Amino acid sequence: MEKLFVSGDEAVALAVRQAKPHVIAAYPITPQTIVVERLADYVEDGSLNSEYLYVESEHSAMSAVIGSAAMGARSFTATSSQGLLYMVEGLHYASGSRFPIVMMNANRSLAAPWNIYGDQRDSLSQLESGWIQLYVENVQEAFDTTIQAYKIAENADVMLPVMVNLDGFVLTHTYEPLIMTDQETVDKYIPFARYSNAMNLDDPVNTCITAGPTYNTEFRWQQQLATLKAAEVVDSADKEFGELFGRSYGGMVEAYRCDDAEVILVTIGSVTGTARVVCDAYREAGKKVGLLKLRCARPFPTEKIAAIVKNAKAVGVLERDISFGFEGAVFSDLNSALKQQNVNVPTYNYVGGLGGRSISKENIAEIFDALLSGKAEKPLEFINLRRDINYGA
Amino acid sequence: MALNAKTLPNEELFYGHKACGGCGGALAIRLALKVLGKRSIAVIPPNCMSTVAFIYPHMPLFVNGIIPPFAATAAVMSGVLAGARALGEEDFHVVGFAGDGGTSDIGLQSLSGSIDRNDKQIFLCYDNEAYMNTGIQKSGLTPYGTKTTNSPAGKNIHGSTSPKKRIFEIVAAHGIPYAATANVGYPEDFLMKLEKAKNCDGPSFIHVMAPCPTGWQTPSDSLIDIGKEAVDCGLWYLAEYENGEFKLNKNPKEFTPLKDYIRKQGRFSHLDENDLKHIEEERDATWARIRRDWVK
Amino acid sequence: MNRPKLSQPLPAGTIEDLPMGPSARAGHLIDVSSGMRTFRPVIDTEKCVNCLRCFLVCPDGAIDKSGENLEIDYDYCKGCGVCQKSCKIGAITMVKEGEA
Repeated sequence: MEKLFVSGDEAVALAVRQAKPHVIAAYPITPQTIVVERLADYVEDGSLNSEYLYVESEHSAMSAVIGSAAMGARSFTATSSQGLLYMVEGLHYASGSRFPIVMMNANRSLAAPWNIYGDQRDSLSQLESGWIQLYVENVQEAFDTTIQAYKIAENADVMLPVMVNLDGFVLTHTYEPLIMTDQETVDKYIPFARYSNAMNLDDPVNTCITAGPTYNTEFRWQQQLATLKAAEVVDSADKEFGELFGRSYGGMVEAYRCDDAEVILVTIGSVTGTARVVCDAYREAGKKVGLLKLRCARPFPTEKIAAIVKNAKAVGVLERDISFGFEGAVFSDLNSALKQQNVNVPTYNYVGGLGGRSISKENIAEIFDALLSGKAEKPLEFINLRRDINYGA
Repeated sequence: MALNAKTLPNEELFYGHKACGGCGGALAIRLALKVLGKRSIAVIPPNCMSTVAFIYPHMPLFVNGIIPPFAATAAVMSGVLAGARALGEEDFHVVGFAGDGGTSDIGLQSLSGSIDRNDKQIFLCYDNEAYMNTGIQKSGLTPYGTKTTNSPAGKNIHGSTSPKKRIFEIVAAHGIPYAATANVGYPEDFLMKLEKAKNCDGPSFIHVMAPCPTGWQTPSDSLIDIGKEAVDCGLWYLAEYENGEFKLNKNPKEFTPLKDYIRKQGRFSHLDENDLKHIEEERDATWARIRRDWVK
Repeated sequence: MNRPKLSQPLPAGTIEDLPMGPSARAGHLIDVSSGMRTFRPVIDTEKCVNCLRCFLVCPDGAIDKSGENLEIDYDYCKGCGVCQKSCKIGAITMVKEGEA
């Protein structure tokens, strides 16, 4: 298979070209711009036959793909941070309407203060929007997951929009090797059929309508069931991808060296790659550490996580976000999951990488040390915090 | 073939809705769908018309319909059009039915974008001159001196203080292939403009006045008469923008008395002589300008 | 008369039978509008010259022109009186409900 050397953004554009959406809505925002630029190149050179809409804002980008999905057409858009927040109304709209839109989100810090670099407050603040949210570790996974996203979204029992998250700059702009997939097999993996809930010129449909107190709860119950069901489909889509293309990622979660781990670190996004290296080094030195990669944040893999960590002595959650006045979103979800499953393991929250600050191997080693020592700070630590500010240092 | 009561089809495509009796918006949509036909996809943002037409499971719209997010009527229309085109659909019309707020305030960004994209869609702004669905609040198209619930008329301030946004001219300034103002009080003129919009190979825009008995505090049977009077007294002009040129459809030598039009409506009942003078001066200034610029 | 009628009620079912997402077949009426009326319009078909002005301006489309004479669909007429006002020869009278 063709092997390329591309960035995360470029990989997403290549994957979208293979998924052949009918409609692409494009609005630029750093660090997603490369995605829409490459897609425009593919439309220009004829290798991608999509309707490419120059929309005038992110709110309109999401609205436009809501319109095209409502006609039953495969649709794609991409955004980041401020753009994601500008379209929040549309996020709820798309999920509530059961439109299987796929969107790439470049995880980027939220103003204010302004910052174009990566952190995860943008998407992690939208876990309530009803979207399936996947977080990828490297360029290959970004490519593969974008294709898997259509498989998950368009599944007849799911029919929900999917967000594929790449860490801003550290993944969107980092170059790594990529093995392509062949078009024919992709076509077999994600064949297109016009959506069952689409508008129809021969048999008219009214959609995105009002449901008052009499019916609203029941529509929401359906939506909840579909979102829960998506957990199985995230797993099966990844498994089938593995069978067809030889690569898979564990579905909802990947447990790395967790079987006999004394302490386990939960990571989300590209920092997982760094954490793997540290994990291996610690194992080499005889320390029993493990890594739990959270690939899917919604639906939340409650039972899987509980099963993986139940024998550990301590669990840390490293995430690039915080809900001010409380804790990180993934930490909250994990604690709730463990409580539901009656797993009583001490948990610790590590907030890092905000506004594009690097998370180094040394930072992660410190976290493992703290967890292993039993002297971890509770409840939450901002890692790598500069307590002394020296301008020019 | 001229469109009139005889040549319009009998079939109703917007029927059984819960709009107030005598609603201008309902008439505007009813006539538009008769002209555009069954293969229409109607995009109706949150407004009176979508509220009375889309409460599950009562569906008075007999063509495809979608409620877009409030700001995004024209953006959803673009998406619908692109999706339909990509799927190989032919011979259909994408039409938006937005109110004055959904067009010229919150909807302005997406309207501008869709004209910029040259999308072949028909944007109908039915203007009842306030946010009526939320209970009569001031919008960008609320005329000077109007009493609304958030621009009350009292001792100090006599209702809304800003003039109507010139939305027809704003849209025309985009270089749109076809734009027009219309009024349900002149229905044949409105039908003629709907047909031009239907046949336009690109975006089109019709700004139709749709009197609202509830918000204007007029009798429910006055719909056609008050609309006609708005044109006849000069507070509403009938014009088109086509092939880059403005055209006044009706250029009255004399206007009917402003006072008669104003006094018939409860929303203006507080206006005093100074207010009326102001309104008259603004009207005269508008007509001086459009006669100077649009009449060859 | 050629006007949409009250639709057959949707068949009873369970929550699984709800449409997927808030949508419905277009054109499904579960209620009439006649309750909104205080006055009903009555067309004097002898006087009427079939100019069709009332048909044109009815906001609800409740006047049907398919037959020899104009007919009003009283299920969906709201009694707003726009038709009566529009008739240039006075062929329509508004009659208070409960009287005629």
